[in-house]
Amino acid sequence: MTVTTDQMVQLLTPTGERRPHPVYEGLIADLDGAALRGLYEDLVVVRRIDAEGTALQRQGQLGLWAPMLGQEAAQIGSGRALAADDFVFPSYREHGVAYCRGVDPADVFGMWRGTSLSCWDPYDINMAIPAIIIGAQGLHATGYALGLKRDGAEAAAIAYFGDGATSQGDIAEALGFAATYQAPAVFFCQNNHWAISEPVGLQAQVPIYQRAAGYGMPGIQVDGNDVLAVLAVTRWALQRAREGSGPALIEAVTYRMGPHTTADDPTRYRPTGELEEWRERDPLSRMLALLQREGLADEDYLDSVRAKADAVAAELRAGCLALPDPAPLTMFDNVYAEAHPLVAEERAQYAAYLDGFEGSN
Amino acid sequence: MATTRMSMAKALNAGLRKAMEDDPKVVLMGEDIGKLGGVFRITDGLQKDFGEDRVMDTPLAESGIIGTAVGLAFRGYRPVCEIQFDGFIYPAFDQIVSQVAKLHYRSRGNVKMPLTIRVPFGGGIGAVEHHSESPEAYFAHTAGLRVVSCADADDAYGMLQQAIASDDPVLFFEPKRLYQHKGEVDLDRALTAREPLHQARIARSGTDLTVAAYGPVVGTALAAAEAAAEEGVSIEVVDLRTLSPLDFDTLEQSVLRTGRLVVTHEAAVFMGMGAEIAARITERCFYHLEAPVLRVGGFHLPYPASKLEEHHLPDLDRLLHATDRVLAY
Repeated sequence: MTVTTDQMVQLLTPTGERRPHPVYEGLIADLDGAALRGLYEDLVVVRRIDAEGTALQRQGQLGLWAPMLGQEAAQIGSGRALAADDFVFPSYREHGVAYCRGVDPADVFGMWRGTSLSCWDPYDINMAIPAIIIGAQGLHATGYALGLKRDGAEAAAIAYFGDGATSQGDIAEALGFAATYQAPAVFFCQNNHWAISEPVGLQAQVPIYQRAAGYGMPGIQVDGNDVLAVLAVTRWALQRAREGSGPALIEAVTYRMGPHTTADDPTRYRPTGELEEWRERDPLSRMLALLQREGLADEDYLDSVRAKADAVAAELRAGCLALPDPAPLTMFDNVYAEAHPLVAEERAQYAAYLDGFEGSN
Repeated sequence: MATTRMSMAKALNAGLRKAMEDDPKVVLMGEDIGKLGGVFRITDGLQKDFGEDRVMDTPLAESGIIGTAVGLAFRGYRPVCEIQFDGFIYPAFDQIVSQVAKLHYRSRGNVKMPLTIRVPFGGGIGAVEHHSESPEAYFAHTAGLRVVSCADADDAYGMLQQAIASDDPVLFFEPKRLYQHKGEVDLDRALTAREPLHQARIARSGTDLTVAAYGPVVGTALAAAEAAAEEGVSIEVVDLRTLSPLDFDTLEQSVLRTGRLVVTHEAAVFMGMGAEIAARITERCFYHLEAPVLRVGGFHLPYPASKLEEHHLPDLDRLLHATDRVLAY
């Protein structure tokens, strides 16, 4: 199924040439050489974080990892469009967005290592913990956006989800509720073409962004491997949301180059040649080509990018390995905000049971 | 103590009004709760007085209602969601058990979910299907949720405010067939002067056996106790009020006094609240029980057509039949 349309916004071709656009080009006019270099550095660093996640899983340090290989531009472009006051409701693959929010890289790994069910304090970085249930977070973003509107805050909420999630009722309900209340919410779909083994054609018979029309909001299709275009359209959607013009749906057309998770085997379902086809549209190489074209990629700069990626990878590896196993009784913590006698009773009983083992030693 | 006589519906309305006056972060959400005031009129007049922003008519999507409320709670609001009828809660089941119940735990206590989900529940009103169900056990089974049910107007007024003030999510099951039952309500008593939300109460003292009930059948249990008294049998009635946490201490004390227990509820007996109560009370009171714990409730079938519901619902005679059996041991 062809998912791209001639409406798809692209500001950078796969070979790194700038493409003019009457509307969106102006939204990134502020990007100078340093900013372009910064975006490329981000792409390289998050690809390295992701590779480290896969390596740590293969080495037995993580129970599971959901690689984002190939989706770097979709995540960096949108993540760098966010303001500090905006609030993110992610799925489980948004490692690049988390990096943009300033999360401690090692914090990303607790959930995958199994030391806790979540990674960070949402209020530290204005980003909710990852949603595993597909699409549930679309509604959470809508509700949070409603709260922003009531509070008179000039901020937006953004929900990240994949093409598979567009089949869920919760995404449909989120689009409906957000439109009804004109909530300052942005729905950011990373159409990476595969929901585990199911192709996007099993989820959508028309391009996903076109669904927005049925809800009465603008929908935009953007080249998700073009960091400049993603940055521009996300800025546009966030800005109009913050200004009270309501929600928008962005479909970032990208590709999951790796498996769904480290437990998956895409060779069982991926058509021959598809991966190679998308490798030619790699988000990193096209940005590097732009930098080279504009004389911004000298060896010193590229060395500094490599050094940054090395440093982040070393830090997160050390941080991951240092995550302590939680004490058994901590599993009873935070089930409720207020005291609950059943939890207290079971905790006490299990503590006494564990004590019995200690006494017998 | 000045009290006002009013229906449970009016008491719930007054409780919502008081909660909204006390805390500007309280917002109501649901289908038809605005101009109509809800199909049972529980939110009557509140949109007029508090505005459309605080009393929100929602699109007809239960998962949407609860999921949006989750986002509002993320932002520091205290949403009170109305599910129009018991049988309509299932489309919201995922948001309730996977998100509402677990977000505090999953976020290591960083995110609070102070939602109140109001559910008119139970039968006895001659309704069509999906309008008379008792789904409380699904939610009591889920850690992270609190589940309560009121049985009279005064408790409805107080417990609803307590539920809204709780930092935990509360499933608030309203016995819809009691909506028009009137009682004395103390509108001035402070919440702190009321029985805590998660405490059962002895609705009637007795010495021969205990009947535990909640919500719509507390009245049935009291009527059974009245009838039994004429036969010289003294029944103690415990209004459980709270299903999660369940106040086993109060119930245990009662059973230690009487030595016998019958549990009654409208929900199907199989895998229901009564099973858990029977098991725990047996564990706690094994050497004091004079008879096995019996249960009286609904059968293992979809809620039947309304011309049959009188057979499905526990009534005075079925309850007395069970108390006779317990006393015969």
